[in-house]
Amino acid sequence: MKYVDEFRDGALAAKLADAIAREADSGRDYAFMEFCGGHTHAISRYGVTDLLPANVRMIHGPGCPVCVLPIGRIDMAIRLALSRPDVTICTYGDCLRVPASDGLSLLKAKARGADIRMVYSAADALALAQKLPAREVVFFAIGFETTTPPTALVLRQAQALGLANFSVLCNHVLTPSAILTILESPEVRELGTVPLDGFIGPAHVSTIIGSRPYAFFAEEYRKPVVIAGFEPLDVMQAIRMLVRQVNEGRAEVENEFTRAVTEDGNLKAQALVSEVFELRRSFEWRGLREVPYSALKIRAPFAAWDAEAKFGLEFVSVPDHRACECGAILRGVKTPIDCKLFGTACTPENPMGSCMVSSEGACAAHYNYGRFRDVPVVAGTAS
Amino acid sequence: MSFAGTIRKGYVRPLDLKHGRVDMGHGAGGRAMAQLISELFAAAFANEHLDRGDDAAVLPAPAAGERLVVATDAHVVSPLFFPGGDIGCLSVHGTINDLAVMGARPLYLAASFILEEGFPLADLARIVQSMAHASREAGVPVVTGDTKVVEQGKGDGVFITTTGVGALPAGRDIGGANARPGDAILVSGSLGDHGMAIMAQRESLAFDSEIVSDTVALHGLVAAMLAAVPTIRVLRDPTRGGLATTLNEIATQSGVGMELDEASIPVQPQVAAACELLGLDPLYVANEGKLIAICPQEDAERLLAAMRAHSLGERAARIGTVTADPNAFVQIRTAFGGRRMVDWLSGEQLPRIC
Repeated sequence: MKYVDEFRDGALAAKLADAIAREADSGRDYAFMEFCGGHTHAISRYGVTDLLPANVRMIHGPGCPVCVLPIGRIDMAIRLALSRPDVTICTYGDCLRVPASDGLSLLKAKARGADIRMVYSAADALALAQKLPAREVVFFAIGFETTTPPTALVLRQAQALGLANFSVLCNHVLTPSAILTILESPEVRELGTVPLDGFIGPAHVSTIIGSRPYAFFAEEYRKPVVIAGFEPLDVMQAIRMLVRQVNEGRAEVENEFTRAVTEDGNLKAQALVSEVFELRRSFEWRGLREVPYSALKIRAPFAAWDAEAKFGLEFVSVPDHRACECGAILRGVKTPIDCKLFGTACTPENPMGSCMVSSEGACAAHYNYGRFRDVPVVAGTAS
Repeated sequence: MSFAGTIRKGYVRPLDLKHGRVDMGHGAGGRAMAQLISELFAAAFANEHLDRGDDAAVLPAPAAGERLVVATDAHVVSPLFFPGGDIGCLSVHGTINDLAVMGARPLYLAASFILEEGFPLADLARIVQSMAHASREAGVPVVTGDTKVVEQGKGDGVFITTTGVGALPAGRDIGGANARPGDAILVSGSLGDHGMAIMAQRESLAFDSEIVSDTVALHGLVAAMLAAVPTIRVLRDPTRGGLATTLNEIATQSGVGMELDEASIPVQPQVAAACELLGLDPLYVANEGKLIAICPQEDAERLLAAMRAHSLGERAARIGTVTADPNAFVQIRTAFGGRRMVDWLSGEQLPRIC
């Protein structure tokens, strides 16, 4: 596959691995967080950890929109769909299996008669509303800054068309405020408890917001940030750049993903988003609890297409299982195998906490791709 | 003389296979059903057993020492017609392959149709013709069948269940529990073709691709493989859940681990590209014309040569080794240079593919 395989080249990876091992100071440890689930997936899928020296550790951050979506928000959609037979809920495929209250998920609600459909884009949801004028089509919108502009666009289109049977249940969240929450967490701030030496910055999110928003973290918290693409060689190169920054005592925003990310980002998309959305005062993140100014809501001029206003939906917070360690795992305080529930009560088929929900979550990635590392190697099987 | 016999032949209007539609009468057990059966099913599948028109087929016993093998498979694929095939030939290939990978010689098929009221007879005829063609090509006749009609909205056009009967020679023991540490793992060709051919046809995706389903009957290939290497321990067709799921099934059944080499697993570039676009892993995508074979290490090259010598195994490859691992983990050395697990499929959002 042209333009993709080049970024997955095993020979180049081996060279980069050598370079990282050479440059990493054997007298110290390095702990970097990849914020995005896309990076977590690439690291697990391609076995990037096997190519890193033992003193370079990756912490899997909270950048998986499905994972951090609080149960209460899915409950809102399920309650609406089950109580109003005229409502059709449509959303992205990976939302459908997220477990909600009462043993339900959107998929299970569908089996109980709710009209729940999978769409591939916000535009598909809008088209569905046009196709089904007798039904109330609600787009359950989730995602970080990458999926927000398309939602903004369909809201503007719905307004322009005067499409009365379409609305959006908005769950869009913001990357910088989540990074800030992690940096402000007691374990990270009290030096030494959780070492966090730098971030691999988001790939797709940064194409929209640009590299500028991360400057604050680099300056204020003295943490280097390297924005990287989602291919495994991107990740390796970013790790090498982070190692160099740490070695040289620098804390800067660097851009490995120059083929897609600029300093300013996509100004047109940013303008569109601010026309349609405004900041929520606070929003619950699964695993991080309430995070101030971390999510978007639909502005008043678009209230007629805001499902929360239109159907009078109330958010009720639902706590995770008491033994769930997702919050600590997301901050790098614990690893998946430190959690009592991991692999026993909590599996990808029956996720109890946010990190197990989507394959981009730290626990699901470890369960699906890495749990062979937790068991002793049987004689004759190692290579 | 029956009443029906008094009707002049030309007086009964034949089925309107151009514009007609399935109605409840076609499943009611009356003359409409008899007409559908005789003009469509019996005409297409004609063979000495079916032609008797009895409630069941009476078949000769297999050769002395041979055992009977039975497999059944329901087919609910959507869309019904896809590049490279349709639900008709798929329902023949699927069941024949289930018999073939047991090492059995497929002998007969039974077919059961659930039709939805309103389904175009033209489409039904196309499906039945395709099924009859596949059955004749494979040399495995449909010897008995059944038809039911459900009300509109209670089916999805047509569902087909086929049951196959085969004969297993004495002493042959092929099964998922037979893999041993050190054995070689082979596949007969490129993976993911069927699943991606179906995905590309989905109305909501509708991307242009040249991906064609690999649906085909594999008993000829299996016979050639067994003739060359009778020591084959495991054969299985990686349908739903793809290679990954099938290997996990075998690992669990045999109580062994597996180690695959990603670079050696054949995937067509257009399938790899479509998977990339949709965020799917070709190892989990369905196949309908491929098989996995596990044999002792020392026979692997001979088996590979036998597979490659057959038209359905030209792109066969040796993809890994069975290991001793009580956890039954399937692991892969990635082309990138790392290692990871290839776990059971967990709840992927895939459409009905078979």
